[in-house]
Amino acid sequence: MAAHLKKRVYEEFTKVVQQQHEDLSSKKLRLTKPSKSAALHVDLCKATSPADALQYLLQFARKPVEVESVEGVVRILLEHYYKENDASVRLKIASLLGLLSKTAGFSPDCIMDDAINTLQNEKSHQVLAQLLDTLLVIGTKLTENPSVRMRLVEVACKHLTDSSHGVRNKCLQLIGCLGPVEKGVAKEVESQAAKDVQKIIGDHFNDQDPRVRTAAIKAMLQLHERGLKLQQAIYSQACKLLADDYEQVRSAAVQLIWVLSQLYPESIVPIPSSNEEIRLVDDAFGKICHMVSDGSWVVRVQAAKLLGSMQQVSSHFLEQTLDKKLMSDLRRKRTAHERAKELYSSGEFSSGRKWGDDAPKEEIDTGAVNLIESGACGAFVHGLEDEMYEVRIAAVEALCMLAQSSPSFAEKCLDFLVDMFNDEIEEVRLQSIHTMRKISNNITLREDQLDTVLAVLEDSSRDIREALHELLCCTNVSTKEGIHLALVELLKNLTKYPTDRESIWKCLKFLGSRHPTLVLPLVPELLSTHPFFDTPEPDMDDPAYIAVLVLIFNAAKSCPTMPALFSDHTFRHYAYLRDSLSHLVPPLRLPGRKLVSSPVSPSITPHEDPSQQFLHQSLERVYNLQHLDPQGIQELLEFTIRDLQRLGELQSELAGMADFTATYLQCQLLLIKALQEKLWNVAAPLYLKQNALASAAAKQILEETYKMEFMYSGVESRQVVIIHHMRLQAKALQLIVTARTTRGVEPLFGMCEKFLQEVDSFQRCFIAELPHMQGSFVDKLLDLMPRLVTSKPSEVVKILQATLRQSTFLHLPLPEQLHRATANIIEPTGESDNPLRFTSGLVVALDVDATLEHVQDPQGTVKVQVLYPDGQAQIIHPKPADFRNPGPGRHRLITQVYLSHTAWTEPCQIEVRLLLAYNSNRSKASAKIPKSTWSESLEALPQSENGIEGTIPFSKPVKVYIMPKPARR
Amino acid sequence: FPEMSYLSFFCLGPGAGQDVGRSCILVSIAGKNVMLDCGMHMGYNDDRRFPDFSYITQNGRLTDFLDCVIISHFHLDHCGALPYFSEMVGYDGPIYMTHPTKAICPILLEDYRKITVDKKGETNFFTSQMIKDCMKKVVAVHLHQTVQVDEELEIKAYYAGHVLGAAMFQIKVGCESVVYTGDYNMTPDRHLGAAWIDKCRPDLLISESTYATTIRDSKRCRERDFLKKVHETVERGGKVLIPVFALGRAQELCILLETFWERMNLKAPIYFSTGLTEKANHYYKLFITWTNQKIRKTFVQRNMFEFKHIKAFDRAFADNPGPMVVFATPGMLHAGQSLQIFRKWAGNEKNMVIMPGYCVQGTVGHKILSGQRKLEMEGRQILEVKMQVEYMSFSAHADAKGIMQLIRQAEPRNVLLVHGEAKKMEFLKQKIEQEFHVNCYMPANGETTTIFTNPSIPVDISLGLLKRETAIGLLPDVKKPKLMHGTLIMKDNSFRLVSPEQALKELGLAEHQLRFTCRVHIQDPRKEHETVLRVYNHLKGILKDYSVQHLPDGSITVESILIQATAHSEDQGTKVLLVSWTYQDEELGSYLTSLLKKGLPQSTS
Repeated sequence: MAAHLKKRVYEEFTKVVQQQHEDLSSKKLRLTKPSKSAALHVDLCKATSPADALQYLLQFARKPVEVESVEGVVRILLEHYYKENDASVRLKIASLLGLLSKTAGFSPDCIMDDAINTLQNEKSHQVLAQLLDTLLVIGTKLTENPSVRMRLVEVACKHLTDSSHGVRNKCLQLIGCLGPVEKGVAKEVESQAAKDVQKIIGDHFNDQDPRVRTAAIKAMLQLHERGLKLQQAIYSQACKLLADDYEQVRSAAVQLIWVLSQLYPESIVPIPSSNEEIRLVDDAFGKICHMVSDGSWVVRVQAAKLLGSMQQVSSHFLEQTLDKKLMSDLRRKRTAHERAKELYSSGEFSSGRKWGDDAPKEEIDTGAVNLIESGACGAFVHGLEDEMYEVRIAAVEALCMLAQSSPSFAEKCLDFLVDMFNDEIEEVRLQSIHTMRKISNNITLREDQLDTVLAVLEDSSRDIREALHELLCCTNVSTKEGIHLALVELLKNLTKYPTDRESIWKCLKFLGSRHPTLVLPLVPELLSTHPFFDTPEPDMDDPAYIAVLVLIFNAAKSCPTMPALFSDHTFRHYAYLRDSLSHLVPPLRLPGRKLVSSPVSPSITPHEDPSQQFLHQSLERVYNLQHLDPQGIQELLEFTIRDLQRLGELQSELAGMADFTATYLQCQLLLIKALQEKLWNVAAPLYLKQNALASAAAKQILEETYKMEFMYSGVESRQVVIIHHMRLQAKALQLIVTARTTRGVEPLFGMCEKFLQEVDSFQRCFIAELPHMQGSFVDKLLDLMPRLVTSKPSEVVKILQATLRQSTFLHLPLPEQLHRATANIIEPTGESDNPLRFTSGLVVALDVDATLEHVQDPQGTVKVQVLYPDGQAQIIHPKPADFRNPGPGRHRLITQVYLSHTAWTEPCQIEVRLLLAYNSNRSKASAKIPKSTWSESLEALPQSENGIEGTIPFSKPVKVYIMPKPARR
Repeated sequence: FPEMSYLSFFCLGPGAGQDVGRSCILVSIAGKNVMLDCGMHMGYNDDRRFPDFSYITQNGRLTDFLDCVIISHFHLDHCGALPYFSEMVGYDGPIYMTHPTKAICPILLEDYRKITVDKKGETNFFTSQMIKDCMKKVVAVHLHQTVQVDEELEIKAYYAGHVLGAAMFQIKVGCESVVYTGDYNMTPDRHLGAAWIDKCRPDLLISESTYATTIRDSKRCRERDFLKKVHETVERGGKVLIPVFALGRAQELCILLETFWERMNLKAPIYFSTGLTEKANHYYKLFITWTNQKIRKTFVQRNMFEFKHIKAFDRAFADNPGPMVVFATPGMLHAGQSLQIFRKWAGNEKNMVIMPGYCVQGTVGHKILSGQRKLEMEGRQILEVKMQVEYMSFSAHADAKGIMQLIRQAEPRNVLLVHGEAKKMEFLKQKIEQEFHVNCYMPANGETTTIFTNPSIPVDISLGLLKRETAIGLLPDVKKPKLMHGTLIMKDNSFRLVSPEQALKELGLAEHQLRFTCRVHIQDPRKEHETVLRVYNHLKGILKDYSVQHLPDGSITVESILIQATAHSEDQGTKVLLVSWTYQDEELGSYLTSLLKKGLPQSTS
């Protein structure tokens, strides 16, 4: 009840504040209004020459104008406008009018008439264009008013006959932005001009100025964007524009054609010079394909991009895009792709080593060869071979989108995509690998294709290799040779780049589980077992051997006959790997043995993972045993924490959950320890010791709560409450400790007040959650609130101490998914003995390469910290472009850190680590709780109190050996 | 001659008989004579290797006859005869080429001279000094730079791909223009971009047609094959020999291998035989703007031609153990370093030789390509070839599709094919005529083709007149011709359109008025003024847009046309209408008479 009362008081209080605020602001504005426009007036009157006036206007434009004074200023400007003879000053005034009418909160309908009037007598084309621009601004601010729009459109239509391209340009723009979209309006308003905006705009498709033509097409597109259904008749007009001399016209025309093809995909259009007819979308597709070999690369990029989104096109048109008939000396020749395919299907696997292997075969009919196809032929072949990588990337993207929607096309485009793996620009290679991954469920790789794909594994770029591993994870391979090839190449990769270990293992895991039947015949060879002889036991720590085992064990999961082929040591290794690399090795049912790690048969409780059960059980145990003696509770907590930590290490998928709860229990444990009665009862001289322990505990709990709040992704508001609650307890503890150690009451006043405010804000933030917190610290505290507010600090402290000790500890509900943000610095490795030498006072760039997992918004939060041996610390904010996103929840930071220091006598190590920055203002609590209940009150909160900024180190520090040399003189 | 492809080259213009393999074209355009390329033939060692310049002019000096010479790129079949032409035959006019061509061309000429004079001991050949003197006459041009050769003739270079510095040239006199492509490549490669031209709509496009009947496969497959083969051999520990010509494709292959080595982190050494190449590579480094997008973009970090993995070759390296890749000249394995290395390595099956181009019959290269495994060397030695032999063609000419694409880009009115075989050109000619509906020519050697253009003649018009005339009527429409009134003055070889008043003033003439009068007989028994009224009403009814007035003196004016009615002197029932108009109103006047001749409608009264 008390809480409710208090809340109401707060709400009312805030309302009052806001009203006062409004009053104040309006009063202030009224004061400034006359001065602003008057000053301008005086200035303009003073101006002796147009140049002077222009200067005044330029100065004026630099300062913002308040909403209330806009109209006055506009009047003065208009007055001068009529008097002014110089076109440049009029131009500036016109542009200022536009700027002013953009002012937020100002409704420009009062100045519209004046603005339209100014158009009447204007002679200068430039000024006219600027005035129309102003009208456009006014119009866009008054879009709700149809009559205003009609009027402006009419004005624009009138000026369409102007001889200057600039004016016509603006008119078209205006019509495009403001032209009536709904049919009804056009009928209501009896206006000749507004009746058919499409026709008016369409008439300007043939304007003599290319800029006007472009503007006309853009206006048409604008109308489309605003929801007007374009007429199909425009299509033929747009097609003619594709042959325009100017690239911007062609580029816009391509867009228009695309829009129309999406609007009327099924309409029938005739093919010129024949009697046949085809669907509009097919025709448009053909035309856009033609533009892929345009002279201007801007148009080519545009065309290639748009192709991707034309999914309604019929399949035979689509497949033509990959078609290129080769010939040599008028004889038909097969492409390298066809040859490769043929070689493959004939069972012979060799590449053409002979001269004349590609010798042309049959003669072709000269009449039948079509060198310039009007249709879609070879569009992608051209696009992928383009000299500009922008076009190639656009083509790959389009290919990807089309292949995703058409499996048969996906199969066909494979050869071309594989070719792109060898592009000279890394971006293009990466893009094509990603594309391949996206369509991989539609395709099966042939052996020769796989060969080319695997060759890229030796690429020196880590991005490329990792993308390729991802691709192999979801690739279908057709033969057992293919699997063998992939394994061999991956192992080669492993020896060349040992840092790829994890990624390769993961890749083999999926490769194995996807192709159990193909792996089966390879097992004896891979394990090098022999029917008669015992072979030496391979080294268990060899990453390559582990890789092979990962492949086999994952295949064995769905292939029960496989374990029969294993030798003894394989079983032992299985047990070891199952324990040490549990995320890579699945549980197997091995004959003659118990299932090694899952005593419960998976068939009984398929959903309930035993380790998950364990987690819940141990938590239950902790929560239920509330009334144990303090010693018992402590021990139980310690054990549980240890268990959870071990569980986290073993089960990577539960690591987040286990760590999270362990941290929470750790906090609780610290709190209990700090509150032990024995400590508090000792005599004053011994305070020092317990004080140190308790304040350290409080500090640690605070730190841990920030970690819990910001380091885990998937934390929900229920958890946030508990975390905040824990933090509150820590703060109470801090207060108690300070109260006991400091002499005098003065400093306590401030602290108490601050603490009470925090309790208050806690209550307001989490009002919805309070019912779940029966018997908790905060619950009790809120009951005592009226007493606390009125009592002295010493009393407050006493009450707090009592409440802290009595309060039960809260059950921490677990969310569905919880992941801990982790970072791993790959480079620098910290193993180098050679110091990085540089001249003191200059900078040296250190390459930092790190993987981040489960970090939300890494661009904003992840920082690099460098610690120098002298204790100096430096925090570097990496650029947003340094973060890459190779997969969901994963990020990769590749950046350069600049180091510098004064000269040292000896080389010494510095520490580099990653930090996670947080700001409690951006707390998840404020983001997730529905706003309606408390948003009003939150706004009134003093911001500084809530905005605690800090950083959490979340990666292992890496040591780098550096040596700043003194500069040589 | 780095790019001796497997087709024989055609020669047009000053060439006698069935000469093949050199380019030299003579173009006369609007009275200007331009020579395009000045190539030599590699197949002959006598006078026939150079074009027969006496064809151009029998007794006059060449300089008087030719306005300029344009060289498209540095291959010898396009520039080889230049010193001979300018220094020995005698030409002092300007020679135009791009900057890279100007830089590299003398190196090749000097090299060629050395081989012919120093090695073969020929006399009567141009000297080093002559090459230098010749180069002094060269004017270098930039891409897209319009160079004014003289007052009327201007030329402009476009990017052509093919080799470093290759250019297409537009030659323009007045409004007539010709585009000469030289050799060009429409698909980009590892070091050069694709040819590009704007929609210049020339009267004639002279295009090479080396691959007139070929449509080529994507370059990527070939590149990949090449790299794979090299990579595999190197991994096996074998040695790879790539015989190349010093310039052109060699650089492409270097870039290809260099980037591959970089990408795949390979360590095996790559060598390039020295000499000519070092100088050439130096120029490649300098002319980065002429290369493709990738090299242009990355040169700030690293100039791609500053090879990290490719080092200079020394003769002793050939015996080093372990894998290596060696580029060695010449390209057909007929002599020199490449042959020496080949002999050393041929016996080991781990090694490989990759022929990146065509080999002439009779050379070692041709023999091993055609599958011969036992070679007879000098001194009756038998060399058994155990090493693998690969063929990999990297050609930098546009294929049929590329040629068509260029024609589409430039939109010429006529096309002329050169530099190809007649039979193949026939096919392409037919295709071009069919697809673009333009005339296509394919002249034989020494044949002259004349093309009639339909030149548009520019006329100067005063702004006042133009504005006045365009103000009449609706907006100007690009597609429709517009009728204008004015006086055309032809004076001093220039045309001007001026208003009649100004023309009179300029010529010092007084204005004369020319009036047409016409009598129309009308059967009307009524009084004169009644007839006039009837005519007036009739005209008023029909000519709504014109001002028709009935004047108090009994006459009618329609705009400036006067109509008067008088009774016929003999027959009172017949009225004579006198219609009179100035010649400016001829249109309206004749319309009126024909209208009146039809008679008046009966119902009006």
